Amino acid sequence: MSAETTIETAGAPRGAADAATGYNFAYLDEQTKRMIRRAILKGIAIPGYQVPFASREMPMPYGWGTGGVQVTASVIGPDDVLKVIDQGSDDTTNAVSIRKFFARTAGVATTTHTAEATMIQTRHRIPEAPLREGQILVYQVPIPEPLRLLEPRETETRTLHALAEYGVMHVKLYEDIAQHGHIAKTYDYPVEVNGRYVMAPSPTPKFDNPKMEMSPALQLFGAGREQRIYAVPPYTRVRSLDFEDHPFTIQRFAEPCALCAATGVYLDEVVLDDRGGRMFVCSDSDHCEERRAAGHRGTMLAGAAGTENDHA
Amino acid sequence: MDTLALAPGFADPVIEAQGAFRAVMEALARPGTLQRLPVAIAPPAPLTPALAAIALTLADHEAPLWLDVPLARVPAVADWLRFHTGARIVTDGCEAAFALIADPAGMPGFEAFALGEQAFPDRSTTLVLACERLESGAGLHLEGPGIRESARLAASPLPKDFLARFRANGALFPRGVDVLLTAGDRVAGLPRTTMIRE
Repeated sequence: MSAETTIETAGAPRGAADAATGYNFAYLDEQTKRMIRRAILKGIAIPGYQVPFASREMPMPYGWGTGGVQVTASVIGPDDVLKVIDQGSDDTTNAVSIRKFFARTAGVATTTHTAEATMIQTRHRIPEAPLREGQILVYQVPIPEPLRLLEPRETETRTLHALAEYGVMHVKLYEDIAQHGHIAKTYDYPVEVNGRYVMAPSPTPKFDNPKMEMSPALQLFGAGREQRIYAVPPYTRVRSLDFEDHPFTIQRFAEPCALCAATGVYLDEVVLDDRGGRMFVCSDSDHCEERRAAGHRGTMLAGAAGTENDHA
Repeated sequence: MDTLALAPGFADPVIEAQGAFRAVMEALARPGTLQRLPVAIAPPAPLTPALAAIALTLADHEAPLWLDVPLARVPAVADWLRFHTGARIVTDGCEAAFALIADPAGMPGFEAFALGEQAFPDRSTTLVLACERLESGAGLHLEGPGIRESARLAASPLPKDFLARFRANGALFPRGVDVLLTAGDRVAGLPRTTMIRE
């Protein structure tokens, strides 16, 4: 995976013999880009509101990030540096193929380093490293409607948003408390944007919700199959829904990352054998690598001296 | 219409439209900042290069344009816009996706344009104003989404009651128009969420 950790530039001049010829810059035709760009502008002007758009067929199936890809294709320029993550990782199939897609069709530079990227397309995570002004985070969204599993009719949910009538969501969260003693939703945890629209943050762990609040970066959301685009401008209030006596809390992990010893980050559980062996490692692969490069060593890092591997 | 006399649009439409869109997007995402538009075009006066660049970038057969009186008075302006964008030029502001305004001081009230619907607030007109002067860090105080604490923006000319109009617009939220201010090659955004005080 380290083969791609440096900035790689496709290099070929635009319109010349890139790996992929016969396509417009960034694959989409200009009329489609204009339509998506208009939707993005209205999305920014109405934070958290889902703007309908005419989602196109993309050369990948719905569910593989077609919404995010269409948003990225409409925003990206030749000077951008693109990072793509899938569940925090730069090196899973989805992330690699989308990164290559834009390297080939737009000739843009790509990176795995959060700090070097101007645009980051993500599936289900927000990077651990704080984002900065000028960066754009593009989320791939499967179900943009936070009320969908409570109210299946689009006409009805649209009316509920129009009236800012979110009682049904509060009832759902309250029922969680009544049944489980706490709000059981751990991902795609609903947020209220700028005091008005309730919005689905896409299936990111609720651990990431606080990173959306007053983020210096622009956050764009694309749902290809469901044909919706929405946005959270920089420095915008994003409040996770909760109750006074059951305030919103994020996941906490008992132990640090087994590879880089990071605490306060989101960890993935990795099963090691069939006897209960397991390890917890950073979900954000770039964050973990940078920490290890900086000399941080977790208990299960190969060659880590004087550590014990007994997690049974 | 004299097609031989038709001035060209963007020399590199794909890249210049991307640059212009990015400028407009950043402007709306961060009110109070000035963004640079690619304006190496010479549209027929009084259409300014900035208004023209935004029209070329965002208007098409699905997104009609409305022209204010000084622009509508010159047929070459509508001819140029129609040829390069394919957009319909509408006389009813309520049908327009974008309103191009060469004389901001004399512009009609916001109610002359589409304000969106409560269930579809995105179906509202974006007003694009050609100001003479645009300055960041001075003038009006701005607060709201996209602004860390507060920002300042000075633009002129504007209607005398612009503040009252924009506040009334904000009270319609989520409905309302959004405003793009241009001067020279600069663009600034005032989305409906921005709160303005003097």
